[in-house]
Formats: sequence, structure tokens, C-alpha cells
Amino acid sequence: MAGTIIPVTMPKFGLAMTEGKIAGWLAHPGDDISAGAELAEIETTKITNVYESPASGILRRQVASEGETLPVGALIGVLAEGEVTDDEIDSFVTTFQSEMATTGNDDKADGAVMPEIVTVGSRRIRVQDAGKGADGAPLLLIHGFGGDLTNWMMTQGGLAGQVRVISFDLPGHGESTKDVGDGSPATLAAITNDLLDTLGLARVHVAGHSLGGAVALELAKIAPSRVASLTLVAPAGLGDTINEAFIDGFINADRRKTLEPVLQMLVHDKALISRQMVDGIIRFKRLDGAMAALNAIARASFENGRQKENLRGVLERFDGRVSVIWGAEDEILPVSGAEGLPAKVAVHVLPDTGHMPQLERSAEVNDLLTATISA
Amino acid sequence: MSRKSFRQAINEALRQEMLRDPRVILMGEDVAGGQGGSSGVSDAWGGVLGVTKGLYTEFGPDRVLDTPISEASYVGAAAGAAATGLRPVAEVMFIDFVGCCLDQIMNQAAKFRYMFGGKARTPLVIRGMYGAGFSAAAQHSQALYPLFTHIPGLKVVIPSSPYEAKGLLIEAIRDDDPVIFLENKVMYDDEEDVPDEPYTIPFGEANLTREGEDVTIVAFGRMVNFANQAADKLAKEGISCTVVDPRTTSPLDSDTILDCVADTGRLVIVDESSPRCNMATDVAALVAEEAFDALKAPIRRVTPPHTPVPFASILEDLYMPNPAKIEAAVRSVMGYKAKQEA
Repeated sequence: MAGTIIPVTMPKFGLAMTEGKIAGWLAHPGDDISAGAELAEIETTKITNVYESPASGILRRQVASEGETLPVGALIGVLAEGEVTDDEIDSFVTTFQSEMATTGNDDKADGAVMPEIVTVGSRRIRVQDAGKGADGAPLLLIHGFGGDLTNWMMTQGGLAGQVRVISFDLPGHGESTKDVGDGSPATLAAITNDLLDTLGLARVHVAGHSLGGAVALELAKIAPSRVASLTLVAPAGLGDTINEAFIDGFINADRRKTLEPVLQMLVHDKALISRQMVDGIIRFKRLDGAMAALNAIARASFENGRQKENLRGVLERFDGRVSVIWGAEDEILPVSGAEGLPAKVAVHVLPDTGHMPQLERSAEVNDLLTATISA
Repeated sequence: MSRKSFRQAINEALRQEMLRDPRVILMGEDVAGGQGGSSGVSDAWGGVLGVTKGLYTEFGPDRVLDTPISEASYVGAAAGAAATGLRPVAEVMFIDFVGCCLDQIMNQAAKFRYMFGGKARTPLVIRGMYGAGFSAAAQHSQALYPLFTHIPGLKVVIPSSPYEAKGLLIEAIRDDDPVIFLENKVMYDDEEDVPDEPYTIPFGEANLTREGEDVTIVAFGRMVNFANQAADKLAKEGISCTVVDPRTTSPLDSDTILDCVADTGRLVIVDESSPRCNMATDVAALVAEEAFDALKAPIRRVTPPHTPVPFASILEDLYMPNPAKIEAAVRSVMGYKAKQEA
């Protein structure tokens, strides 16, 4: 055999994923694939996402068929470089699958990092703590309005191999206490600061998405020495406007049919919004206290399509590294918020991307985050 | 969020509502003790199948009332208590026993709001076990939801899973009208992820557990799980089904059923209750009247035969709808060819 055979296996999107379904192949047998090219759409209970090829080569075999559900690590396809015969591919597939059957799925054993409830003052905060950093500060991830820690699943799943990554549900969200105080980013930042005390973390890199970006900025304001670097993903607090139809729709839509189009505003590729994602948000909204919390948070930050607070001043004073990542097609917080920032801020505008770059362009966002925190 | 059984989900809903609202009380035969009558431990069992376990210890005899074996008296008392300010949850154990207290439900509780010109509220929940599959014989196995659905003034809820049970029961307790809440006795050990916090699921909103293009399957209670199993198997053969769980038979989410039939053009209804005047006939009539033009094949119903539920387990198995019968019905509507006009 003069060539190389490269297995393509069911990826693990996020820490909780144990199996995935091939929603559709995006490459045909015989296609010459380069690393990073779109290979297949994979559907999990959380999200449907494009799987980018881990390597280059000719796609020789689609082992998994469309609609098939397989465990993480199972063989879904075969790439090959150079001269490889069909017989060699066949025997590779047979060998791989029989080894998988005997050794089982290693990911299952070590992959299930479960979130835990941490008590912070009078509140219960759900925290997911994964990965071990070498020496540097861990990375803290702050999600946005109406989200929860799973918004970061591709980030936490992707980076936990190299750094300790901590995500959590902001008060009012996910499985955290629904008491949000006045609901302002400043209050949420104070609670985040208390959470860091509770976790015994003196210094962290902070990434904040959307409203979580404003919380990150407030945290840098009240505890500047604690924040090693700031990565702001489509953040609130830097621009003037907010899509009021999204905020109102998110709060008021109470059925899948009405909520789905609202959630589709979040992403450029509308197919990313899965049925399970919509169901998950409906379930969250039906928890006692969730609606009151969302209303309080929205009232504190937004009014008639305007953002109430401008936090650009924080960036002037903050002396750590700052990067801003924004989708060019953001329908919630327009990308114009990335304009006119201080020169030291590294601004990355991603094309064909909506309000959720960490899900829509997870590989790029992970690379940018790695660059920021390892600098 | 943690994994909870159907039984635990119901227990947690009761407990959390009792903590939230002091007007919520429980009444019923053995809701405190069950078989612990002579054991000296007064909450030894918590109802015949352990659903109310621990609540007597936590809330005491003023709020967990073990009643005499007289449905007529305590269901009537619960209806009166509801009309005068409490929010009772009365358990009739096997819903078959409703025969002993139907007047209190049908002629009293269900009619108070209407007969008193809207001035009375009756925030009463009646819980009961329904369904066959337990070899509990004809007097302890019926699925009587069509009987209650028939009576204006009652709301009727049939949860299909632990998550559904908790949210729907909390909604029932907070509702200001009488609600019949039916628990399939075979499902008490079913488990799934259920939030630890209280939450509600609104009445009259169907849930789609599967979405497909070829056939709509409407199923109730335990039958939703059977329909899902059938749909998953059929999906592998290229037949894709939508499964509709109406959650409540009164109110009934007609819009969602009609929307789904408009999309698929074929309808199978799975109903564990006796076939005459049951929910399957009701939904079939709805679709025949409102969506006739959408239909590509006759409507098929999967129900038991019109007989009492057999005691012998072999006969009971034959009696019950199951995933194989649902699959066969789906295949038959898929294979339907209209007769050519002569």
C-alpha cells in the first residue's frame, strides 16, 4: 500500500455528547477533501453542526449513512491519500469496526463531565468545570441572555484538552437560581466575582458572549486584576442598538412554532437551530421564575431597541489583552459595535456568521481564544 | 436536573406545590400509610404504589388526609373544600372506582362554575391510576379518560412521561377548575431527566415527540411511547412519522392535530381505551370533518376490542395496542390505493 488511510469518526461536540446522527453528507465519495472542509452535518440532542474534515484526502467511503445514529468515536467515513485499493479500504473498515466492538468506546468512560451545583451566597449556580490547565489561569465562559452553559459546548469541548475551562449558568438561566436581583450586568458580574471566590480562582481569562460580554466588561471594571484577558463574542455594551424583535419574541413566544423563527435570528445558517434546542428553551422558560428573571434582565439592559449602557470606557482602562469576535451577519447585535474600538483591541469579524460564532464557527473561535489566552 | 421516575416526578410536583401553597392538601385512601396499617410507621408506603411516600411525615395529618374507603364522601368533601378555598388533590386510587363518586364529579364539581354564574371556582385535582398491562383485571385496568372528556367542565390530563407528569400536575394544581389527572400504572418506574425546580406545561398544547412527512400518529398517555417505538422502527425503512401527544384530551389541541394531518395526509390514532366513543373516534371525527381534503388514505384507529380488560396476561397482551399493531396500521395507510372509478 503506497497511500495512507485516515479514519473519520463521529466527533464529540461538547462534553455531554455520547452519540450523533448523520443529518447529511456534504461531501461525496471521490471528492478531494482538504482539512477543514465541510464533511457532514451532524445532529446531536443539542445542535446540528457542520463537521469539518480533520484531515486531507480523497473521501473513499461513507461508512455511516444519512439518518444513522452512532456513538462518539464510531467510524463514519474513510479518507485516503495516495494509492489505496478498494480492498484495502474494505479491510480497514472491517478491522476498525471489530476493534471498536471489542474495546468499546473510550470517550464514554472519561468524556462525561457533569455540571455541578455550587452555592454562592444565597444562590445556587450550575457550574461545569472541565480540563486541566498547565500553569496558566483557567478560562471562564459567560453565556448571553436566555442562554446557558451549553452555549459554550463547542468551546469547552474543544479547549478542555489544553486548558481548564469553566462555564456556568448565569442567575436566572439554566439550572441556576432564578433570583437575578436587579438583573443588570453589574449585578451579574458581582455574582460572577463571588462565584470565582467560591471556586478559589484568583485570576481567570474571561470570554463573554452577547449579554455575557457586558457581564465580562463589568467584571473587568470591578475586579481588573482578576481578569487576565478578555474575549468578547458579539458582546453587548459596545454598540447602541439591539434587535428588539428578538428580545420580545424570546420572552413572549411560548410554543415551538412561534419560538423557532425567533431563535433562527441567532444564526446565519438557520438549519443550526434544532428541534431539541427549541424544546430545551421552551422547557427552561416554563421553570418557575424563569420569565420574571428574563424580564428583569431585559429591562435592566435594553429599552425600545437600544442598549442602556455603553461599556467602551472599560476597554480604555483595561490593560490586559482584549479580542472581539463578531459575526458579519449578526441579526441581534449589529457588527457595527466592533467599529472604532481602541487600537489595542484585536477585532475579528467572521463572514457568513450570525450572533453565535462560538457555535457557527467553533473551530475559528477556539483558535482565536487559544491565541488570546496563550499570548 | 436529575433522572427521576414517573412516580418521583408526581411526588415532587405534589411536594413542591404543598410547600408553595398552604391551601394544597391531599386526600385519599391510604395516601398516608398504605399497607403500613399495623407496622407502626404511618407513611410506610405512601399510597398503594408509593406515589405519596414521605408527604405525611413532612406535612402531617392536617394536610395529608387518609380517608375512609368511601369515594362518595371524600371526593364530595374535596369538591366542597375546593369551592370554599382549598386546593385539594384527591386520589381515587384506581380510576375505575370513579363509579362510586361520579355524581360528585360529574354533577357537582364539573358544574359549580356554570351553575353559580361564574362565581364559584373549583380548584380540585382528582388523581387516579388507569390502564391495562398489570394483570389487575377488568375492574382495575380501564382507561376511562373518554368518560371524563365527555363531561363539559372537567379538564382531563394524561401525562406520557416523567417530565410531562411533573409539569402537567403542577399546572393542574394551579388551575382553578376541576382537573382529572390520569396516571398509567405501568409507567411508574419509567425514568427520564426532570428539572428539580417547579415548572408548568400549559393545557391544550400538544407535544410532537417525532416529526415526519408520511403519517401522523396521535397517541395518548402510555401509547405515546409505543408510537415512538413504532415510528423509530419505521424510520429505518424509510417511512417517517409525526407522533402527536395531545397531553390533555380536554381541552384538545385540535389545531396541532389538523396541522400535522395537513402535512402528512395520513392519520393513525392509538388509544388504549375501549373503542366505542373513545378519543380515537373523537379525533377521527375531527379530522374527517375539518381536513377531509388532506387525507390520502382512510383514518386508522389502533385500540383494544370492545370487551372488558382480560385478567389472563396472555389475553391482556392480545387485548392491548402495541408497537407492532401501530406499525401494521401505519403500513396499511401507506399502502392504501384508492379504488379506480369504474
